[in-house]
Amino acid sequence: MMNMIKKTLIMLVLSVVTSMALADTLYITLEKDNALAVVDGETGKLLKTAPLGQRPRGIALSEDETQLYVAASDDDTIQIIDIKTLKVVGNLPAGEDPETFRLHPAGQFIYVSNEDDNIVTVIDVDKKEAVTEIAVGVEPEGIAVSSDGKWVVNTSETTNMVHWIDPVSNTIKDNTLVDPRPRAAAFSTNGSALYVTSEIAGTLSKLNVDTKQVETKIGFKIPGVDKELIQPVGVLVHPNDKLLFVALGPANRVAVVNMQTFKVEKYLLVGQRVWNLAFSPDLKRLYTTNGVSNDISIVDVASLKVTKSVRVGHYPWGITVKK
Amino acid sequence: MRKNITIQKFLPILCGLMLAFAVHVQADVTDIKAALLIEKKPIPPALSNLDPVLTDEGVQGAKLGIKDNNTTGQFTGHSYTLAIAEVPVGDNVREAFNQLVSKGYRYVITSVNTETLISLSALAAEKGVLLFNIASADGTLRTTECGANTFHMLPSYEMKADALAQFMLKKRWKKWFLVKGSDANDVLFAKAIKRSAKRFGVKVVEEKTWTFDHDARRTAQADIPVFTQGDDYDVLVVADVKGLFGEYLPMNTWLPRPVAGTQGMAPRAWHRTHERWGAVQMQNRFYEQAGRWMTDIDYSAWLAVRSIGEAVTRAKSPDVKTIKSFLLSDEFSVAGFKGTKLTFRSWNHQLRQPVLLATPRSIVSVMPQKEFLHPRTYLDTLGYDKPESNCHL
Repeated sequence: MMNMIKKTLIMLVLSVVTSMALADTLYITLEKDNALAVVDGETGKLLKTAPLGQRPRGIALSEDETQLYVAASDDDTIQIIDIKTLKVVGNLPAGEDPETFRLHPAGQFIYVSNEDDNIVTVIDVDKKEAVTEIAVGVEPEGIAVSSDGKWVVNTSETTNMVHWIDPVSNTIKDNTLVDPRPRAAAFSTNGSALYVTSEIAGTLSKLNVDTKQVETKIGFKIPGVDKELIQPVGVLVHPNDKLLFVALGPANRVAVVNMQTFKVEKYLLVGQRVWNLAFSPDLKRLYTTNGVSNDISIVDVASLKVTKSVRVGHYPWGITVKK
Repeated sequence: MRKNITIQKFLPILCGLMLAFAVHVQADVTDIKAALLIEKKPIPPALSNLDPVLTDEGVQGAKLGIKDNNTTGQFTGHSYTLAIAEVPVGDNVREAFNQLVSKGYRYVITSVNTETLISLSALAAEKGVLLFNIASADGTLRTTECGANTFHMLPSYEMKADALAQFMLKKRWKKWFLVKGSDANDVLFAKAIKRSAKRFGVKVVEEKTWTFDHDARRTAQADIPVFTQGDDYDVLVVADVKGLFGEYLPMNTWLPRPVAGTQGMAPRAWHRTHERWGAVQMQNRFYEQAGRWMTDIDYSAWLAVRSIGEAVTRAKSPDVKTIKSFLLSDEFSVAGFKGTKLTFRSWNHQLRQPVLLATPRSIVSVMPQKEFLHPRTYLDTLGYDKPESNCHL
């Protein structure tokens, strides 16, 4: 009996300790509410909502994690938000209609796609200045940066290409033709592969970073779901380079892809029109923004099960997570 | 085609060197020449001063397509140009077409009427020219008068009518009152409506032809209630392609019933309120260039130029025969901001595409919806399916 109580107590203490270690905060842009939703990752509780600029979409944490950058597309700016007060403390000149952007790992430059102007704008975060504009294909969309910082890639939706940008000279070094309407891109952690989703073709392509060529690609098949509804958008690589996750838009599923076999292991049923993906800092949870059902889904990564969905506001779009 | 012979000769040697340089700088640029052939129509009677008469319909769409293709072309070594040939009312379109062919144009986008297109189709097949129809929705071009080298970018009347029928079937509006004008296109659209009714098990309980020729603006409130009396029905379907009276039917019918067809809720290839699947970007780009909203014909012209561009980029050749077979292959698709890839039907070269159902200020639905099943693709539930078409291209 004593033993039992002891065990329970230890379990209790342990669970408290682990839960403390797991605590994380999600910051989610609400495209239609012009607002930011703040959610506790562990409990799934909506903590608060703060106003943002018009049509907020892309979101990222500053390198020191004290500020948030949010692309307010219809205000043609990237807003700087103080993470403590959630107040707008500054703006970055992001060009027209900024949507997706990434912070270069060195922490000084942001690469943002300007969909209407067929350019990628490079912003110096410290000086709050646009450094240069890089002419790319029609409707630039996805941006990804390799973890070693050697490559920045941009996908152009109507040109159907991946543009390989050298961040030292900020010029295009190569272009790769991919399947129709490329949306998001993500590098493998070891930097040898680039994964690109094609919304209209319904495919995920794997590109070799050395040769810049498409090595292989896969499609997705879900019983009972029309193939036209399978529109791959967000893609997220697990840092262990074993699994990657693909948001399938109006198919309301996230595909779990084995990176070794390059086969789909599982489809996770999430909210409607699943868009962007993020991990919790301890990699135990995966979060998805679901544009049409106005919620986020929380996935347990170890068991690959959807555990919760949380209503956050209208058209949740971008997501970033802080410890 | 501009080709640098020296470079071509030493290509194997140069290849390595060129790769060392920025690859996006193309030493070898291939020109692709497209033409837009427009048969001018007499200016229709002015119904009201609401909408200006467009003098650049189709032209703006094609121009935007060329711009988009050239943005891609800078990376692939292709340069696209557009010639515009406008034929005044009554002049010889065949002659204008022959002139384009003699100047080396092999991709001709046509904004001409049905009879002209039939005659050009035969010429095009003979001369190895590809035609892209952006103006005629006539079903005969898709079922009896198909051209081996003619591609249809615009949805046919039958596709539009099927879209309406599917929507109304879902709403269980299964009794229709059909009102048509007496213009040739009104008759064609009315015929398509009746075909769709039969296809989807809907009943046309009343059919009337609008023959009033006085100004409907002044008399609609008096005439239409009387005109629309008859058997009970669920929805009034109007076939008035020119828009001479249809705008006055909503709110003036004897029974309180919705209006759909060429006015009211209308099936469209494109609409200014369409903003899903990235369409907002397209709307913005077009408006910025043209200073007005995109029409169905502009959208079709844009799609024609983009289809040529997609095929040239992926088949890596400007050759007409290669492009034609690529356009019809499984590898081809073009993205048209409708949430699904657009491809050509092999039997009649009609571009498969969703049809928007729009009221002036909103999109009501995008058809077909997934409940309408088809063994090939759900898009083939709209328009002439393979067994219904007499074309076997």
